[in-house]
Amino acid sequence: MTGTSARLGFVLLLAPAALWLTLLIVIPHIDLFLVSLRERIGVGQYTTSFANYGTFLDEPLYLMTFARTAIMSVLATALTLLIGFPVAYYIAKLARGRTRSVLFLLCLVPFWVSELVRTFGWMILLRETGLVSSLLQWAGLAAGPVELLYNDAAIMVGLVYTSMLFMVVPLITTLDSLDDAVIEAGYDLGGSAPSILREIVIPHAMPGIVSGCIVVFMLSLGNYLTPIMLGGKDSLWFTELIYSQFILRFNWELGAAFGFVLLLLSSVIVWGTLRLTGQTLRETMG
Amino acid sequence: MTAPDLECRALTKRFAPDAPPAVDGVGFSVPSGSFFSILGPSGCGKTTIMRMVAGFLEPSGGDILIRGRSVLSVPPNKRPVNMVFQHLALFPMMNVAENIGYGLRRRGTSKPEIARKVGDVLERIGLPEIGTRRVDELSGGQKQRVAIARCMVLDPDVLLLDEPLGALDLKLREHMKVELKALQAAFGTTFVYITHDQSEALVMSDAVAVMNRGRFEQIGSAQDLYYRPQTPFVAGFVGDSNRWRGRVTRVDGESLELQTDGGLTLRAARNGRAIAAGDRAEVFVRPEAIHPARDAAALEGCANMLRGEVSTLLFNGAASRVRVRPEGAGADTEIEVALPQSGAFAGLARGDDVWIGWTDAQAGAFAAAAAE
Amino acid sequence: MIPSIPRNGALRAAYTAYVVLFFVYLALPLTVVAAFAFNDSQFPSLPWEGFTLAWFFGAERPMIGVFHERPILRALGTSGFVGLCVAALSVAVGTCNAFLFNRYEFRGKGLLYVLMLLPLVVPGIVLGISILVFSSRVANTAWDLAQWDIQALRPGLLLVVLGQFSFITTITTLVIAARLQKFDRTLEEAALNLGANRLTAVRTVTIPYLMPALVGAFVVGFLMSFENFNTTLMLVGSDAPLTIAMFDRLKEGSTPLLNAVSLLLMVGSSLLALLMIAFQRRA
Repeated sequence: MTGTSARLGFVLLLAPAALWLTLLIVIPHIDLFLVSLRERIGVGQYTTSFANYGTFLDEPLYLMTFARTAIMSVLATALTLLIGFPVAYYIAKLARGRTRSVLFLLCLVPFWVSELVRTFGWMILLRETGLVSSLLQWAGLAAGPVELLYNDAAIMVGLVYTSMLFMVVPLITTLDSLDDAVIEAGYDLGGSAPSILREIVIPHAMPGIVSGCIVVFMLSLGNYLTPIMLGGKDSLWFTELIYSQFILRFNWELGAAFGFVLLLLSSVIVWGTLRLTGQTLRETMG
Repeated sequence: MTAPDLECRALTKRFAPDAPPAVDGVGFSVPSGSFFSILGPSGCGKTTIMRMVAGFLEPSGGDILIRGRSVLSVPPNKRPVNMVFQHLALFPMMNVAENIGYGLRRRGTSKPEIARKVGDVLERIGLPEIGTRRVDELSGGQKQRVAIARCMVLDPDVLLLDEPLGALDLKLREHMKVELKALQAAFGTTFVYITHDQSEALVMSDAVAVMNRGRFEQIGSAQDLYYRPQTPFVAGFVGDSNRWRGRVTRVDGESLELQTDGGLTLRAARNGRAIAAGDRAEVFVRPEAIHPARDAAALEGCANMLRGEVSTLLFNGAASRVRVRPEGAGADTEIEVALPQSGAFAGLARGDDVWIGWTDAQAGAFAAAAAE
Repeated sequence: MIPSIPRNGALRAAYTAYVVLFFVYLALPLTVVAAFAFNDSQFPSLPWEGFTLAWFFGAERPMIGVFHERPILRALGTSGFVGLCVAALSVAVGTCNAFLFNRYEFRGKGLLYVLMLLPLVVPGIVLGISILVFSSRVANTAWDLAQWDIQALRPGLLLVVLGQFSFITTITTLVIAARLQKFDRTLEEAALNLGANRLTAVRTVTIPYLMPALVGAFVVGFLMSFENFNTTLMLVGSDAPLTIAMFDRLKEGSTPLLNAVSLLLMVGSSLLALLMIAFQRRA
């Protein structure tokens, strides 16, 4: 192989990646930032300022929604981890052979259908005329129809459900790579289940926990469907603000600022989590 | 008399009701402070025994006693035995000192005490400076020693070692054999070592059990196994042997005569085993028991004497051998002969005419298994 | 904690029960959606009015089935078209990326790799608006400078495809790169040694080896595109893909028609996934 043809091959392979990342990721985000810095001072007249960010900080509704979204996303992430970890452990370490692959596939199945369908399922279950309500009445636990939809708990159920796969799969992968002999060695040296979990299993699973948490947090933060469909009228989600500024009010400048704030929050949290646990994006995601 | 450190009685393990047992009524006892090995081919059930002793498998029958007390109802984390795993199972998330201190922390030992004991044991394994190193920064031999130290710091009644040298390269393995024996002597702890490598077992052990298909074939010292095998399996498995099958034509006293399937007539010793004329039998002769000679006269006193041609020269320094094809035997009969270290036959070449001979006492005969 | 450690029976039973409960939780919404597709009622809720296939095949009001519901069928077609475009594009670019990161050392490689991972940690809706903003700026500039109206850069299918492509490519790259990583490069050298040139060696040895990953990446890309909501929502024009069309319906109120569509989607994606698994088993 000659030097020039190697060089040509390299350039040909680099070109798609370069085009993709510059035209669809880097430049659009820079542009988004530029638009967020535009302040409308008249019809078709703009100046550069932080006015849109000022609006965000001045309006309690925006700030509240932002904080609420962040906190609920963190909560959803924690819940997903707590619920998913025992299941991932069961699949990775206790199930054997066929059972194991079947359980693993079952974990994936719900996620082959769109989030809309999943959310729709929860609506059928939880609404006033829904299945759970009917069941409660039939069992005599409720006198009349119960509305279980349109509250924060319903949002939480939906968020956890929607993100579960992205927690369980990385957990299974890392737990799977933990040699059984290491756990046995822990017992052999006198360890008990809780101490082994704390000192051996969890430290080993840390990369999986981190990558699962990051993805679940991102998905919750950026979720639009679940809060809209399962949440009540006044349970706002930050993505709803972005949508309404962009599509309903046509105030792109403010919407872009919101988008950037959301991006900033997610970046800070991802970066912070990685720093805190001593991981890199590369080993967590790649 | 004090109870042995480890005793197994009629230990049996079946993995499925209809399958043959993986361990079949094995009994042995290991006296305090000795180095005991279980030697057998892979799949013979030795790992199963070890895992039952450690508590990771429940026996289907029999009993395991440590210092005279049955431990069957004791969970693995409470048994006074510790194990060095095949791939060592050092905790990758901890440094060396944390690995060694793990068991002590479980016992609730105080921090300064842990630090002292860890320091002590690191000193004893000759690696005093490595406490803060990460496990993956250690060499193979260092990992080995840390894995042993991690158990020894708990002062177990019995230390189990599951083929821990298997992953090492040849040179290091040779070195670690000597070192393991020295460590055992230094700590004075009872070691139970399992391996499929006979040289590991022979070099290190006070007693070796040879295991095959779930049973112990023979328990004895290395010398016993090598010079006085009691079953054809042991004779064939421990050390190299020339091996013939044939029919016994005559028995007088301890000596017998055998017509091999390849057409040779040999004399062998039955060493008290019940073999009668007309039986099928197997004869084992070690290459170093066979003397080469330039002529028949030099082989005086050998009950077996053959003339043949050197077919292959296997030069390997002090362990050099030749393969000899005896006159009048089938083309597939070849006898391996060790060359004396005096160098007297160093000039031997392929195609040379040579005499070989051995005494009947050095040819052990066994009744062939019924299936053959 | 692992099978070789003796465990307390009650604890073990509780653990198993928990896992069973978890799978019930996973299956429940989907089962419910599927079941009510057959309810002979105007609403996907109890009471059960009897079994019907009208929500699939019905041709008259008030029960118009999926197969007679034009807008839904058209949306399904749009989704399929977008999915195929996105899957094909992202597998092509993903393959290039995998080779680039596997075979070449160059300055800024680490940076490029991290940049490549970024779309995974950008919220989908932000990805959508950034592309919307940028494409509008390009379109507006073209109009201002040359009175040239580029309709393709206004919200519509092209933008939907680009938006989905922008993050699905990261996934396909990772899937393909993972397999390429395991490829033994001496196989390629053997092909060269036997007289192939470099391109032929890649085509005849490496690509067949990558096939399971390529097929897997294609299916995953297609399904992700089909399911995508957030990014699509910001970029969609008048031709709505299925998820958006269903969302608009759902806002107006739900009928078992939506259950029927959902059931078809479940069956479709399960079949696709099974096909993919079967293919990977064989390979």
